[in-house]
Amino acid sequence: MSGNGEAPLRWESGLEVQPVYDAAALERSGGSQGVGAPGEYPFTRGIHPLMYRKRPWTMRQYSGFGTAAETRERFQYLIETGNTGLNVAFDLPTQCGLDSDDPMAEGEVGRVGMAVDTLVDMQEAFEGIDLNEITVSLTINGAAAPIMAMYFALARRRGYDLAELRGTAQNDILKEFVGRGTWIFPVEESLRLVGDTIEFCAHNVPRYSAVSVCGYHIRESGADPAGEMAYGLAIARAYVDRVLERGLDVDSFAGGLSFNFDIHGNLWEQVAKFRAGRRLWARIMREEYGAQKPRSMQLRMIAGGGGGGLTIQQPENNIARGAYYALISALSGTQTMALCSYDEAYTIPTEKAARISLRTMQILMHEMGLTDTVDPRGGSWFVETMTNEMEAEIVARLEELAAQGGIVKGIASGRVQAEVNRQAYERERAIAAGELRKVGVNCFVEEEEERSVEFHPYRAAEGEKQLERLVEIKRTRDADAVAATLARVRESAASGENVMEPIIAAVEALATVGEVCGVLKEVFGTYPEPIR
Amino acid sequence: MSAKRESTRPIRVLVAKPGLDGHDVGAKVVVRALREAGMQVVYTGLRQSPQSIVDALEREGSDVLALSILSGAHLPLCRKVGQELAARGAGEGVLWVVGGNIPASDHAALKELGVAGVFATGSSFEEIVRFIQKEVQS
Repeated sequence: MSGNGEAPLRWESGLEVQPVYDAAALERSGGSQGVGAPGEYPFTRGIHPLMYRKRPWTMRQYSGFGTAAETRERFQYLIETGNTGLNVAFDLPTQCGLDSDDPMAEGEVGRVGMAVDTLVDMQEAFEGIDLNEITVSLTINGAAAPIMAMYFALARRRGYDLAELRGTAQNDILKEFVGRGTWIFPVEESLRLVGDTIEFCAHNVPRYSAVSVCGYHIRESGADPAGEMAYGLAIARAYVDRVLERGLDVDSFAGGLSFNFDIHGNLWEQVAKFRAGRRLWARIMREEYGAQKPRSMQLRMIAGGGGGGLTIQQPENNIARGAYYALISALSGTQTMALCSYDEAYTIPTEKAARISLRTMQILMHEMGLTDTVDPRGGSWFVETMTNEMEAEIVARLEELAAQGGIVKGIASGRVQAEVNRQAYERERAIAAGELRKVGVNCFVEEEEERSVEFHPYRAAEGEKQLERLVEIKRTRDADAVAATLARVRESAASGENVMEPIIAAVEALATVGEVCGVLKEVFGTYPEPIR
Repeated sequence: MSAKRESTRPIRVLVAKPGLDGHDVGAKVVVRALREAGMQVVYTGLRQSPQSIVDALEREGSDVLALSILSGAHLPLCRKVGQELAARGAGEGVLWVVGGNIPASDHAALKELGVAGVFATGSSFEEIVRFIQKEVQS
């Protein structure tokens, strides 16, 4: 790019960037009082005193497809090649709370993730994997209650102490209404279920992260980086509010909240977004909610993916993008990293593509010195000034959201979705007009013929196998036990008591995901999608 | 399949999300782009069955049926929609297009099912609008 160097330059979030920063610029933006030390409030420089020197980031590629047996093979491959955590993808029927034999599931069983109908599937997926050694993240939202119940049931059966069990469920339903779309129940009832899972974990699985709040999918759906952080923090606050209403002490559960953020876009804008977001979350938790424990104030996150930044054109360029995204997330102090593989704009990653993503993170960790010292950009006039400005911008967005009635109301009415989609449209237009540059898309374009990406094969036979297994389980299980435990789930859903123990009993009796969600639907109804 | 309509009224488009795929950014931005281009667009929302899609098509008297699918299930889903259209005689005079994450190797199979245009991820608004205007007007 060339220019006279004086034309105004703005980031996507609207912040103006100056050609040069100095001590005076930092002072004007609010100074360096908020920087602090790593591992200390307000955690701008990171949540641990020694960060990667002591705790290198976890590498947790997203994976899952076909049956539990197929998925376990991929898990084992990922662990053998050096992944230090698992991030489970479920197929769409499972995510939507439908069984593999539901008419809406036709053609979708095991397609975009692993098919789970009963506890038998979940047990098989993790057989032989040490759940203390490899922490598991379950990417499940609408159907989170039965899937978490299955995970806890299988862990208990294998002799793990739930009081010590670690892991994460995504379980962020509010963002599903904005992007990703695997909602099932109406907004209020969905929030109640999230509350039940958080409460259950606070009492029984205290080291487990019951929710991973996702700015990620809201950014993917169109929001700019400041909006992504603001929506994410507003959603996290909504969950905290709901659990406090139950009379729990904030420090008994807030440490179980984690976050998932997007990375694509301008490198410095993302770095400022993460440092500002971390500081703001600490302030919110301590000042607004009176949290005392540092863990309650620490924004722990997974970051590194940025599917919206990858391009279908010249797919190999996505390998380079993935490496920069990994760099951004390391410079931003993430706890866990997962990259989108270069072929992910097309298909489920091949083993080769998943390996390249993993090697990218390993090169960064072991060759590039990213773990040598904590927050290497801390104290830069530019980075600290933009962190201050980004924090002010996120605060302004949060205030605007509150003035409009808050995040829950905004999502239930569809206003938030419409605003985020308006931004997606503007972004598409800006790319089409060449205002927002994308290499291979609107500049440095090449004539491409058949693109060099190998497609992940969808094996319909795996879907058949899953159906057969489900039929067999339904035939041989104790039908009375299933009916009785499902009746208890119905009762607890209707009475307002916590549904998790009854759901665990139901899945242990081999009730299916579809049956548990079906009973909950009878009580809660389904989400009426607001369409504009 | 080419569509016919009196030329005085705007082109009517039904944008639908069949199956369980929750990725609706593409569908919703295309809705905006088609409206900007002067078309009358109805969007169904997520998780539509073939029956509910054809119901909406008949109710709205749409000239164009636009399905958005990013889950990879476009072949089984379009097969079912095609069967429903045929069974109810609802496809006559309707221009059927499909967009989303669709590999080039599947375009021919979709066309065999009656799909007139396939717009894979990366297609521009302009291409989509031009195709619909040309096919519906002719």
